[in-house]
Amino acid sequence: MELNSGRPVTAARSPDRGGLRRLVGRILLRRELSALVAAVVIFMLFFTIAEPFRSWAAMATILYQSATIGLMAVSVALLMIGGEFDLSSGVAVVTAAMVTSILTVTLGLPLIVGLLVSLCASIGIGMFNGWLVTRTGIPSFLITLSALFMLFGANLGITKLATSAVSTPNVVNVPGFDVIRTIFAFRLQLGGVGGPQFSILILWWLVFVVVATYVLLRTRIGNWILASGGNAASARAVGVPTKRVKIGLFGFIGFSAWFYAMHQLSGYNTVQAGSGYGNEFLYIIAAVVGGNALTGGAGSAIGSAIGALIYGMTVQGIVYAGWDPNWFRFFLGLMLLFAVLLNINVKRMSEKA
Amino acid sequence: MTGSTTSIIEMIDIAKSYGHVRALQGVSLSVSAGKVTCVLGDNGAGKSSLIKIMAGLNQADSGVMKINGVETRFESPRDALRVGIATVYQDLAVVDLMETWRNFFLGSEIRRSIPLLRPLDIAAMRRITSEELAKLGIHLDSVDHPLGTLSGGQRQSVAIARAVYFGAKVLILDEPTAALGVKQSGIVLKYVARARDSGVAVVFITHNPHHAFLIGDHFAVLSLGRMSLSARRDEITVDRLISEMAGGAELETLAHELARDTLPAPA
Repeated sequence: MELNSGRPVTAARSPDRGGLRRLVGRILLRRELSALVAAVVIFMLFFTIAEPFRSWAAMATILYQSATIGLMAVSVALLMIGGEFDLSSGVAVVTAAMVTSILTVTLGLPLIVGLLVSLCASIGIGMFNGWLVTRTGIPSFLITLSALFMLFGANLGITKLATSAVSTPNVVNVPGFDVIRTIFAFRLQLGGVGGPQFSILILWWLVFVVVATYVLLRTRIGNWILASGGNAASARAVGVPTKRVKIGLFGFIGFSAWFYAMHQLSGYNTVQAGSGYGNEFLYIIAAVVGGNALTGGAGSAIGSAIGALIYGMTVQGIVYAGWDPNWFRFFLGLMLLFAVLLNINVKRMSEKA
Repeated sequence: MTGSTTSIIEMIDIAKSYGHVRALQGVSLSVSAGKVTCVLGDNGAGKSSLIKIMAGLNQADSGVMKINGVETRFESPRDALRVGIATVYQDLAVVDLMETWRNFFLGSEIRRSIPLLRPLDIAAMRRITSEELAKLGIHLDSVDHPLGTLSGGQRQSVAIARAVYFGAKVLILDEPTAALGVKQSGIVLKYVARARDSGVAVVFITHNPHHAFLIGDHFAVLSLGRMSLSARRDEITVDRLISEMAGGAELETLAHELARDTLPAPA
């Protein structure tokens, strides 16, 4: 029975479900929204209490801080939506930087060789993690925990072999590296000396978010990512190559790690071989605070960006407000707890609906 | 033409073991277009093992599977889908968190012809989903809701509509009515009948002989991995089916043992 020609469907058939409750449920299901509300509240809080927070320079710094987490958080979020998890994403950044600088400085190979080899190695490590996870069925937590420690150890071990020090070789004199610096670490100076400096990393972060959002919502791959995380067995039964999807997502983590490594290398010429450890949690926190479910099947790249913004505003806001910066981690943990509790409620509601 | 040449799927002497457990032994089954083949059996009788082989999720250890008369071995569900064998699982049919239209087209998405991007044709997929569901008499107020918010019968029906739309020649239904109430089961059985009338071969897995007898043309009963009955509709009654399901000969023995007059009188 058609009620009118405008909409091809008729009213709801389930009498037990109220329209209002459904509407509330749908709004709550957009989990990014609660993260956005939290971001606005945090912004207003620091804007009110911290005078230095209210400058363009502060905005540039906050956006940069957010981008340093947000860039990787995009791929971490996609992987989580796809139902997997990567603990090695923090140290993988250092690995990519180390491979590039050892090849170009220690071994003196052309820059292009260093870039291509480190890119392939980075993506390869990610895909190998994914292959192991899909092949063995061992939880990605354990596989990537192993990868975290192996990479962490190898970063230090190889760097020490190559340089007898714990920082990667300095790339400042590598021919052509200024091009790389322009692409990955350009700074836009506004309003003369002392004015705010906007890093190009903020732009790249935005590009990652936009592309990932488009892929997730508007392409077949995106459909397959949602399905692989939502219910891999069902997805496989209707012909979705869930293993290849997951391996690809791990590979994208590798690509993002390489991309961020190029920024770090461009900005500082050298990277501490023992760094990166612990950053994987920041990426995961950004993704979860932004409404991505650890259980997979739901979430968004935009959510991870909001989570990263919350991180950036908090880490800088606490400094600007003159508080003891040690409270920052406490606050981050608290945010995560809230986000997780909220997600559980949303899940219960959507199951009841 | 004899009956066997019109079979779409013919399984001959199939065996499958998982480790030491013999899930299937010497099972033969033939599935024909426009007919409903019911596979009945208790939990653990081997129903799932049998359909997983037909659906390409598992491979038989021995025996022959012929598709349209040609011996075939599926390496993945994709192989089975390619020759028109679609499976609707009781639990695995859908991704609850995804919208109805995304579920409908999952694995067979319509894409626009823009080079490189090849974006999803969302408008077309939403429209077709609405239309196809309406054909089966399912009217949703939106195909944008997560599928998990629909009723059990509606979700089964979406999965059946999807398989039929994508040109399934064989539709394997794994316990489609097991989790449903009487009314919802009736709805699903009606869609099964419509699919059969459109020339689809239906393999209907169930442990409910009443549902099977309402719609079946051929009945196969599995018991501990072996076929204990294979009969056409005109060869059998619903009572015989119930008795076979309940264990047939075993049940008679049990009835005999439990008969009051044979029990020793209490001292």
